[in-house]
Amino acid sequence: MTYPVRKILFSPVIDNNPIILQVLGICSALAVTTQLSTAITMSIALTLVVACSSAAISLIRYHIPANIRIIVQMTIIASLVIVVDQFLRAFAYELSKELSVFVGLIITNCIVMGRAEAFAMKNPPWPSFLDGLGNGLGFSAVLVTVGVIRELFGLGTLLGYTVLPLARDGGWYVPNGFLLLPPSAFFLIGLIIWAVRSWKTTQVEQAEFRIREMRKPAETA
Amino acid sequence: MAEPDTDTPRVAHSSTKTLLVAFAVCLVCSLIVAGAAVLLKPIQTANQSIERKRIIVEIAGLMKPGLTVAQAYRQIDVFMIELNSGGVVDTLDPENFDITRVAKDVHLTVPLTRSADLAQIRRKPRYLPVYRVNDDNGRFKTLILPVYGYGLWSTLYGYIALQEDIRTIQGLRFYQHGETPGLGGEVDNPRWLDLWEGKIAFNDNGEPHIELIRGAVGTATPDSDHKVDGLSGATLTSRGVTQLLHFWLGREGFGPYLARLREERERS
Repeated sequence: MTYPVRKILFSPVIDNNPIILQVLGICSALAVTTQLSTAITMSIALTLVVACSSAAISLIRYHIPANIRIIVQMTIIASLVIVVDQFLRAFAYELSKELSVFVGLIITNCIVMGRAEAFAMKNPPWPSFLDGLGNGLGFSAVLVTVGVIRELFGLGTLLGYTVLPLARDGGWYVPNGFLLLPPSAFFLIGLIIWAVRSWKTTQVEQAEFRIREMRKPAETA
Repeated sequence: MAEPDTDTPRVAHSSTKTLLVAFAVCLVCSLIVAGAAVLLKPIQTANQSIERKRIIVEIAGLMKPGLTVAQAYRQIDVFMIELNSGGVVDTLDPENFDITRVAKDVHLTVPLTRSADLAQIRRKPRYLPVYRVNDDNGRFKTLILPVYGYGLWSTLYGYIALQEDIRTIQGLRFYQHGETPGLGGEVDNPRWLDLWEGKIAFNDNGEPHIELIRGAVGTATPDSDHKVDGLSGATLTSRGVTQLLHFWLGREGFGPYLARLREERERS
């Protein structure tokens, strides 16, 4: 049996993006996107973890007893996260100093568990790996977009290189300090969700309830 | 959802199998984690040691183009000192001294009372290394002291360098912390770190007098020599830095050693 590789891999980037459509994994998207370099490293780390954990969980899916499946998934995910963190400390020491706290939090990232439960438990290893990779890429796309906007307009730099010379260093650009605070990522992600849903109208959810129209209060005499 | 093929594995398992699977998963995972940690440990330790040395030579102003960290580091003399007496201890090896490890060792530290514990470190080491740089004529030029203390949600580890008068700050740098990137994490910002050079860390009685204030230090700020811009959006990290400097430069920290050094200087 063949699998629609292209569909599994790329549909989570725009059509079924874990952040934009499912609104998962927001926490790390807020925390690590003040600078592009940390956003990219976090993206790579999460993509690796979700792809490998999906493949590993799928590999033993017939042997995972249903009643302890969440714990088994958690153990596998946590182990992979620790391994990624150790590698970062050995080979990207500078970045790991800023990221260590957040790399640990990949364990609690809903995307990883979500893919394990929703896909890897029901599908063979190869498509599960691709699904993990695709969802990682979808997460990365949003993280990098938010990271570019926040670093460019918050610090006037990209990957540490000056793009917009800051007024305090004799340039012309007055940075928006708000972009360096976590709430700004909420607004940016909100705007991205709005933009994507205006473009892909199928993503717009049915309203769960409708607010009743207000009747004009009767004029008092 | 893109699910091409669905085969449900939710079969009921016996308790024996459940336990067996749990055990096997734990065993394999722990082997992988332990393997990665052990194999990568030497590279990580080397990274940390290089990082510490790089910071020491940088704040001492010894880093010249064309020099490697190891070459520049050779100009530094390291001594182990006993904090309470301020005397030099010859029996301990100051190289490869890892403060993060020693700080937790019950035998190498003494408990601090709450009022003395400005840096919120609970226990202070008995012995710590200090780094001295002499000029070409063998005269004392720069002193570098290790400092650490609690910020908002992590311990900041760093070094402070003092100029030959043992009052003026040459530089301050942190090599390890877990403060929020972009806010408290700005303790690594080179532009902010540059502000420290030339600040006076002590008053005339030799007591620590240095402070991070809210906002920027201008020419109109009273005592501007003793004040540094606070980090915007990071009040608690800024307070932590002030407190840890007061602790380490004060009586409980390197005070006794600094007093000895000053005496030595006056006599010569």
